[in-house]
Amino acid sequence: MDLKVPTGAEKLIQCLEREGVEYIFGYSGGAAMPIFDALVDSQIKLILVRHEQGAAHMADGYARATGKPGVVLVTSGPGATNTVTGLLTAHMDSVPMIVLTGQTITSMLGKDGFQEADVTGITYAVVKHSYLLKKAADIPRATREAFYIATSGRPGPVLIDLPKDVTQGPCDAPFVDEIDLPGYAVPSNGDPAAIRRAADLLQSARRPVLYVGHGAVISGAGKAVIRLAEKLRAPIVNTLLGKGAADETHPLHLGMLGMHGTAYANKAVDGCDLIMSIGARWDDRITGKLDEFCVDAIKIHIDIDPAEFGKMVTPDVAIAGDAKLVLEELIPLVSAADTKEWLDQCAIWRQRYPLRYAKQGGLRAQHVLDRLHAVTKGDAIVTTDVGQHQMWAAQFCLSTTNRHWISSGGAGTMGFGFPAAIGAQLGCPDKKVWAVCGDGGFQMTQAELATAAINELPTKCLIINNNYLGMVRQWQELFFDNRLSGVDLVGNPDFVKLAEAYGIKAWRIRRPGDVDRILAKAHAYDEGPCVVVAEVVKEDNVFPMIPAGAPISGMIIEKPREKMAKPTGST
Amino acid sequence: MSSPSPYETPARRRVLARAKTPAAAPAPAGLHTISLLVRDAPGVLVRVAMVFSRRGYNIESLVVSASAESGFSRMTVTCSGDGAILEQMIQQLSKLVDVVHALDHTTSDRYETEIALIKVRCAGPLRREVLEIAEHFNAKVVDYAPESVILRVYGSSEKLDAMVSLFAPEQIVDLVRSGKIVMARALDMT
Repeated sequence: MDLKVPTGAEKLIQCLEREGVEYIFGYSGGAAMPIFDALVDSQIKLILVRHEQGAAHMADGYARATGKPGVVLVTSGPGATNTVTGLLTAHMDSVPMIVLTGQTITSMLGKDGFQEADVTGITYAVVKHSYLLKKAADIPRATREAFYIATSGRPGPVLIDLPKDVTQGPCDAPFVDEIDLPGYAVPSNGDPAAIRRAADLLQSARRPVLYVGHGAVISGAGKAVIRLAEKLRAPIVNTLLGKGAADETHPLHLGMLGMHGTAYANKAVDGCDLIMSIGARWDDRITGKLDEFCVDAIKIHIDIDPAEFGKMVTPDVAIAGDAKLVLEELIPLVSAADTKEWLDQCAIWRQRYPLRYAKQGGLRAQHVLDRLHAVTKGDAIVTTDVGQHQMWAAQFCLSTTNRHWISSGGAGTMGFGFPAAIGAQLGCPDKKVWAVCGDGGFQMTQAELATAAINELPTKCLIINNNYLGMVRQWQELFFDNRLSGVDLVGNPDFVKLAEAYGIKAWRIRRPGDVDRILAKAHAYDEGPCVVVAEVVKEDNVFPMIPAGAPISGMIIEKPREKMAKPTGST
Repeated sequence: MSSPSPYETPARRRVLARAKTPAAAPAPAGLHTISLLVRDAPGVLVRVAMVFSRRGYNIESLVVSASAESGFSRMTVTCSGDGAILEQMIQQLSKLVDVVHALDHTTSDRYETEIALIKVRCAGPLRREVLEIAEHFNAKVVDYAPESVILRVYGSSEKLDAMVSLFAPEQIVDLVRSGKIVMARALDMT
């Protein structure tokens, strides 16, 4: 019998194994060395990244694709601070993640030791919870709590800061299974009276809309959403992050709403007499000018996080609970509502304002993404970066399956898409995974090409290259007299050669006629990662568009002739 | 949590008229004293303070003290800010893992008190007047120096305000107030 007392690091790794961790996305360094040493003898596979931001986004993509928490391991100081963007991204989008950071030894804390940063202090605002462990005996309890907190209720990232003497020293504390968190409650079933009131109002409405968000994805409420919509005869819209919860190709589904949502989804929201949020938080991309948002409509809000009630809109009924459980209690209480006229009206809007793009005048991003959806038959996991390509992908790559759409919504983090796809691929090895990136965002984390290559992952990356920061350029064109500033990405590398430099297969699309052939080839390629570079027209705009701060009724469907006022909304 | 919208439009009225179940009662307004029971965990004060500052609330006073149970502390916060978001902010406080509960005690049935130390400059004939004020407010003289006295007074924050206002600003050398503490009456939870 081995009577050797494990080190704190060994105990930590054992705790991670007990939590069922398959992968750690990490980057080594001095203060984390005991933990990396303990990993040598573990079944957990270390995915060595090329930058800590990449590690955080990979863990995020893994978590969104699988529903299991992603784990990040980095060293102190700059290693830890490089994960802050990833923490914000996960925090804004409610993604379960555990970030383990090395730290200087406890006796040096607060004394500006080498590679010391007050990491818990820096990250308070971007974590669901955090720990700075000063005793090895706290490792089993803190680890158990961290996983529980990260994955339960409204998920989020939890950070554990681990001084080197704590991980290096002995830890004979036993494993912990019981959770003792008197300040942490997780709502599950909603209040029956509130659910009855919601059912009554739904039944009384003549123009209802079901507005589906990321909470429905996390809770797996999609099928219940469809059942409710069919029973009530109500149309569905979803947010950018709600894509995939309820099948977007369903006849009652009007697609994405909000700033760049479909015109028919937005017209439905603007004209409804009742809107029910199912795990969506009335984000400013959705409401536009808040004072004019759905003033004519009853608002019902289902959310597992009661702190969302009344933050943006004051709901008539608030139901704190898990979206799926609440819907399952709600569905038996409703029957078909009197919505025929309303559904007819929605159908007219759908027909009158379809999504469209010019087929002439060079290669269009919309065309490439429209065909990507066709080539993948909607069955691939699609991750995106942030910008025009993201909005076009959201419009054209309709999601039919839960957890098959992965995008940075709340934070809008450029550099997210490609590493997130690597994480999603590791979590779902049997799935085809496509990262859709712009040329700007891709370059922020392109070093992870090496990570994809050495792990021989069949992840596909489609770079929509217009040599611009296209979304900002679009705003400058529409609202700033086309005075372009800081958007021209002259100096972009040849992305095909760049991929090849990493030993990665790459194709280039220049002509519309090549789109299907090359996408199909890339989709079938499974010997490792591959890159497709679509050289699209430089200047193109995403429509429909609700300028920030404008009401939904201010939606523009094509480029206006006259100059527009500068938006008053946030960004 | 569901207060009715401040406006009623015809379409809203029609839907509400068809519904049969009663609407939830509106939340009471003007809430400004919050009591928190928190775990004695590192960083809990920072996390609590960050919620107030992020939502634009100004903390007027903050008292952190031991609670009845070991391992837990009591925080009493009086604050000013946008009343419309107070209830939502309390939810944000409750959401913190180390906060066991956050309760609003502005209008609840509670006992509240505060203590103040006031150092007043009062050489010569002025002293008599100062001592009269002290007597009226049941304040105790806890330091008697040639040119000043320290008065200790306790009671409601309003009483303390009233007493302080009776001295000319240049008369007050120093003022230290404990901040308000509250406790729910009978067996109600604080």
